[in-house]
Amino acid sequence: MKEQLEAIQAEALERVAETSQIKELQAIRVAYLGKKGSLTGVLRGMGKLSKEERPIVGEIANRVRESITQAIDQKNERLEEQALEKQLEKEAIDVTLPGRPIQVGGPHLLTKIVEEIEDLFIGMGFEVREGPEVETDYFNFEALNLPKDHPARDMQDSFYITNELLLRTHTSPVQARTMREYDGNKPVKMICPGKVYRRDTDDATHSHQFTQIEGLYVDKDVRMSDLKGILDVFAKKMFGADREIRLRPSFFPFTEPSVEMDISCKVCNGEGCSVCKGTGWIEILGAGMVHPKVLEMAGYDSSVYTGFAFGMGPDRIAMLKYGIDDIRQFYTNDRRFLKQYHNA
Amino acid sequence: MNVLVSLNWLKNYVDIGTITPEQLAEKITKSGIEVEGIEYVAETSKDVVVGYVKECEKHPNADKLNLCQVDVGDEILQIVCGAPNIQQGQKVAVAKPGAVLPGNFKIKKVKLRGIESNGMICSLQELGIQDKYVPKDIADGIFVFPQDVTVGEDVTALLNLNDAILELGLTPNRADCLSMLGVAYEVAAILDKPINLPEEKVITSGEDTHDFVSVSVANAELNPYYGAFMIKDVQVKPSPLWMRNHLIAAGIRPINNIVDITNYVLLEYGQPLHAFDYDRLQSNEIVVRRADENETIVTLDDQERNLTREHLVITNGREPVAIAGVMGGANTEVVNDTTTILLEAAYFAPTSVRKAVKDTGLRSESSTRFEKGVDPNRVNRAGVRACQLFEQYADGTVLSNAVVFDKLDRSEKEVDVNTSEINNRLGTNITTEEIGHILAKLRFQYEKNGDEFNVKIPTRRGDITIFEDMLEEVARIYGYDNLPYTLPNGVSQAGALTERQQLKRQVKNFMQGVGLMETISYSLTRQDYVTKLISPEINKSNPVPVRLAMPMSEDHKYLRLSILPELLHTVSYNRARNQTSISYYELGSIFTSQEEILTKQPNEQLRLSGVLSGLWTEHEWQQEKKAVDFYVVKGLVEGLFNFLEIPVTFEQTKLTDMHPGRCATVSIGDQVIGFIGQVHPKLEKAMDLNETYVFDINMETVLELYDNVPRYYQIPKYPSTTRDIAFVLDRTVLAGDVKKVIEETGAPLVKDIQIFDVYMGEHLQEDKKSIAYRLLYQDPERTLKDEEVEESYQTIIAAVNDKFNAYVRS
Repeated sequence: MKEQLEAIQAEALERVAETSQIKELQAIRVAYLGKKGSLTGVLRGMGKLSKEERPIVGEIANRVRESITQAIDQKNERLEEQALEKQLEKEAIDVTLPGRPIQVGGPHLLTKIVEEIEDLFIGMGFEVREGPEVETDYFNFEALNLPKDHPARDMQDSFYITNELLLRTHTSPVQARTMREYDGNKPVKMICPGKVYRRDTDDATHSHQFTQIEGLYVDKDVRMSDLKGILDVFAKKMFGADREIRLRPSFFPFTEPSVEMDISCKVCNGEGCSVCKGTGWIEILGAGMVHPKVLEMAGYDSSVYTGFAFGMGPDRIAMLKYGIDDIRQFYTNDRRFLKQYHNA
Repeated sequence: MNVLVSLNWLKNYVDIGTITPEQLAEKITKSGIEVEGIEYVAETSKDVVVGYVKECEKHPNADKLNLCQVDVGDEILQIVCGAPNIQQGQKVAVAKPGAVLPGNFKIKKVKLRGIESNGMICSLQELGIQDKYVPKDIADGIFVFPQDVTVGEDVTALLNLNDAILELGLTPNRADCLSMLGVAYEVAAILDKPINLPEEKVITSGEDTHDFVSVSVANAELNPYYGAFMIKDVQVKPSPLWMRNHLIAAGIRPINNIVDITNYVLLEYGQPLHAFDYDRLQSNEIVVRRADENETIVTLDDQERNLTREHLVITNGREPVAIAGVMGGANTEVVNDTTTILLEAAYFAPTSVRKAVKDTGLRSESSTRFEKGVDPNRVNRAGVRACQLFEQYADGTVLSNAVVFDKLDRSEKEVDVNTSEINNRLGTNITTEEIGHILAKLRFQYEKNGDEFNVKIPTRRGDITIFEDMLEEVARIYGYDNLPYTLPNGVSQAGALTERQQLKRQVKNFMQGVGLMETISYSLTRQDYVTKLISPEINKSNPVPVRLAMPMSEDHKYLRLSILPELLHTVSYNRARNQTSISYYELGSIFTSQEEILTKQPNEQLRLSGVLSGLWTEHEWQQEKKAVDFYVVKGLVEGLFNFLEIPVTFEQTKLTDMHPGRCATVSIGDQVIGFIGQVHPKLEKAMDLNETYVFDINMETVLELYDNVPRYYQIPKYPSTTRDIAFVLDRTVLAGDVKKVIEETGAPLVKDIQIFDVYMGEHLQEDKKSIAYRLLYQDPERTLKDEEVEESYQTIIAAVNDKFNAYVRS
């Protein structure tokens, strides 16, 4: 019987070794280990053995069963592996073909600049205010120390609708509106971005509609050096830590003293080039200490409160930052232009 | 407002030392007046000298050329000259062989028509003077020096070719620098140098001006000062060379000595003057009054001007002879045989001058200065200064006792400043002594008491009236570069966007995330655009388009009532440039009003609009192309409102300019907030567009309803189960209506309904369609039993079949 078992084992192992089909392997399992399998058949004859022989043969039989089972399992695993490999090979694709395009949108460049500036001033404790684009003559001019006969408010320069209403020429009226809301006794720290309108013929450097950001800081004991400090922080964050600023005296009816702020030219680093017209400096914004009349008109006691204001043009900043040579690009919405700045 | 400043001229008043024009420009700019440019009159060449034309005869071989023997000091040069005005005995500018003229024009010995020519006799243009400044009588000829110049002398200095000219861009407050004296004060303060003012001196004759002219002024508020000077026996001729040089440098063409002198004093003092030909005045009185309605005057430029009561005129007692402060009349103009001059030195108030300039369109060097306000203390002095020059350079005799009407306030304003207030405002530590020094540099008189200054503001600086103005003067001379950098001391508060502002950014991010590009278009639009594509709920309010009083162009005349027309225009623009797949959105205001004539600001409503055209997706090698269609746009809008968790409904609608079968309103509850759909093919064709879809939504309502605190829903613990049903329906039945019935009938167990198939075609009758719905059943409290789901399902089928005459497709 022992010989019989060993012969079965040898035969089974040989068949397992020879086969390359999972199905056949299954058949081998049934043929030897199944209920009607040859090993099972041999074991069924064990009852005829003597008491002494039974454990010995039993042990051999177990060993044979184990050895066949193991061989089948191992072979099965290997064949399954091979089958999978084959399958995956068939599934191979050309990874160099182009992928499925993703439709990507993006913000307008001016929005990016505006939001960048907003975030910068929010970080310094400013709030963002908005105001109407159709303004009253009072808020657009009078409340900003531009009385009715002031030469700077020529009908020719503004889009009037009636004698009392016009498209705002700057975002400065929001200063006056905000101060009024604050009742003349609370500090004001705000910026106001928005669209503004001037009676200009559109060309490469003029647009009848453009964007402006106004800033206002009113509190007790605000100094001109504070204006310089804040603008320096702004310029360094916006244009690079290595930029220098320079204030030049200027004139605006709503500030006194008034200044214009230049930054050192990034292209030539102050040496003088075509971008800065040889001066080494590029004009960025206008600013100044809030005119006492503007404070008084808004209900602030100008002997107690002082403040500064500044105004800048994101269009101009964007043009400088990215070398854009025509302001009309911002409002023509050429897809190729818009796309250029989505990751700016 | 720009002014040209000749440095050679400026040196008459201030010793600017060895500073270069560039360095001076930098200092002036940093102290308050922007130098916008530096111009050098001409590149000079040392080989251009004064020559004396000893002989001048016709060229033997050419009619139009002359053969000259010219003494240039150290030699006699034979020169062939083609200028029509060359004559023997003239002193002229000679470029000797070896000289280099502007434009790198090298002078060599040449042969002209067989005759040797050793140099060139030059015109002003050839020496680098711009054509527009060359006196008209020598425009086509050579320049002729006065006889008093020395033969052989270099012409560079004589013709001011070595001058540098600064172009100052003046802010409106610095009209004081519309005069050389004003600039001199400024430069003297900046460089801390003494100032050397001209001394007005005149030797008057025994005759009294009062015997020849009287002055009366009817409107003292518009003309508080009128001085009339008389100068007899003048000789009209060219003005001296130095004066011509100064005028050219300042951008004014020399005419004759009389005109040049009035212009020269205008530039020097900033005080406009006017010279009348006394004999042509034909009267012995000057009457200043308002013009009568419909009165006219022919001005110096030979134009007839219509006048009104708002204009101030100078008359001879009968008719206007000048528009006050703007321009003189042609009939009293100084001409070549003028012998007696009546010189006007007056103060005209800015308002009437401004009005006259606006009405006549005449803007002159004079009017510009009167409009800004001239220095009351220089009016008379300028008159005397001109008389002095008439005496010296026009051989005139000045009469004594000028006739003067004088109601002019010439007092100096006072402003108090003190050291600590200045330092508090600037954030500086400037000493009292330093402030005193700054005031001295500015030449402001003051009385000092401790650290208090009582400053007397000179009348030339009419812009300084309050403390802050003085603060600026001190600060700018102290130097803005010297201000420290500080940050405000105030209580710091947290800055943040408002919820509304945050939501606006979120909406933008959403739109961009799903593939749309943001645009910014013009708020001002065309007449034919302003009535188009207005959302139904806006249209219902009968808006009247807001129109500009004085538009610049037809393209930008009305405030938009919808963002869409300009967006469509943009799509058309892109399409013309082969950019055919467009998906744009814009967040911006529209302007609505119901008033024909606005009495209040229009309502500004924030809207979210979008336009899509061409392909939505494209994957070429897989041959996949998906054109934009209604459902793409609807999906975007649904996606946005899902994101915002605001339920919206869509209802079929018909709108002008929209495709009648592909347009829906968007509503929140029963409030319409916008619309979506395809642009009407007729409009598409008119605007040169492909199939184009739009959406337009009132963001104000959305921003109001948005609740930015997300609600917590418990994740259901019990399993859900789905059932599918396909109904066969008439084609006219709307999927949304069926869904509503399912919702109502299936509540509360049906939690979600999705459409997963729509079929029309050969397996159905022509007027039928099939829509398949997938229903999701769920109860948060328990596991549903099959029987109750089945029961609900059957009820739904019955309800739909009943309501829509439908049947279940097997």
